Amino acid sequence: MLTQIKRLIIFIALFFSFGALQAQHTPENEPANTESSHKKENGFNAGDFIIEHVSDAYDWHITSFGEKHITIPLPVILYSKHPELHEGKTFFVFLSSKFHHGHNNYKGFRISQSKENKGKIVEINTKGHEAGKPIDISITKTIAGVIISVIILLWLILSVARSSVKNKGKAPSGLQNLFEPVILFIRDEVAKPAIGEKKYEKFMPFLLTLFFFILLNNLMGLIPIPPFGANVTGNIAITMVLALFTFFITTINGNKHYWKEIYNPDVPWWLKYPIPLMPIVELSGVITKPFVLMVRLFANMLAGHMIVTVFVSLIFIFAGLFGAGVGLVASPVSVAFSVFILLLDVLVSFIQAYVFTLLSALYFGMATSDHH
Amino acid sequence: MGAAIGAGLAAIGAGIGIGRIGASAMEAIARQPEASGDIRSNMIVSAALIEGVAFFAVIICALVIFV
Repeated sequence: MLTQIKRLIIFIALFFSFGALQAQHTPENEPANTESSHKKENGFNAGDFIIEHVSDAYDWHITSFGEKHITIPLPVILYSKHPELHEGKTFFVFLSSKFHHGHNNYKGFRISQSKENKGKIVEINTKGHEAGKPIDISITKTIAGVIISVIILLWLILSVARSSVKNKGKAPSGLQNLFEPVILFIRDEVAKPAIGEKKYEKFMPFLLTLFFFILLNNLMGLIPIPPFGANVTGNIAITMVLALFTFFITTINGNKHYWKEIYNPDVPWWLKYPIPLMPIVELSGVITKPFVLMVRLFANMLAGHMIVTVFVSLIFIFAGLFGAGVGLVASPVSVAFSVFILLLDVLVSFIQAYVFTLLSALYFGMATSDHH
Repeated sequence: MGAAIGAGLAAIGAGIGIGRIGASAMEAIARQPEASGDIRSNMIVSAALIEGVAFFAVIICALVIFV
């Protein structure tokens, strides 16, 4: 009963930490302002198009017909730090359509165009200048993508669980056929060799969740049709939270031998005293390992999605530079390249999910290993 | 400009590293074809880890441009 409550609290806390971390972090790719400003007249702006495709936004942009944009507005949830600018109210919830794509002020808030706050919501004081940012816990495109992928994941896994209970003792059926080999693979090839026969069961739920969450979000980022197509794992806040999970679980489950290896390893004494060289190196290792996990997944996914978008936009770049005819000729080549890179990215999605899970399992194994 | 050179050097590093992994994996498979499944999985894992380091460098170069 207690473990159930503990798990529920941890689950809710981590669920909201996605949103909070997302809000505090700047959208990773700010557009190259000088380059894009004089390209705007051409009609197709490759840099902005690509960056808009892979970064976060306050509404979900589906398609555009020339000047007409079709978007799904998402809720904006703000907690203001300057209530005097908003008639004394501190908590605001409204749809992002009230901003009209960044042209209007609404209740003292605006999507900023200034250099340091570009793209983020700021508070407007009575003179019309920016007065700082509110605490922003909106449902942005990435968060909506996370929610959608979580719903899909829960539906898939729960139906597999139900059918595996129903088929107890019999051959697997339906979706179970797809998931069971993968789950067994993670148990037998990843968890058991890394953590050991006796202790791997405690970590299996986390490793399985990690693997399927990362895999599903990687693949969903590649499908351009809404409700898929949100670049979730290519967002450094999301991968930071995943790496933090691994870090916390490693730290909490670290046994005495693990900490001894860090603070008091079996090395010659002059590496530990007077200057604790080895402990410093080991401590930096403790921080670096989750950090590298975060950057590896983030960079792979972001680069993959950007490259696919680049190859597709090659058609329009050629058409813009040399005329529509060249664009037409360039399309088969560009589409072929895009398909190739898309397939490569599917492979990379699987590999990155596997590597993240494998390394997490290895860290857990190191944290709980016995002295040999 | 420096960022572009940095990204290029990172690509060279990744290319050399993963090329060497691939070469030794091929040699190992040639020596013992029955182990090719094991060798293949290990090769992919090592390639992913080295590519992670190369992406590290690319992220730093991107940070240089935009920050």
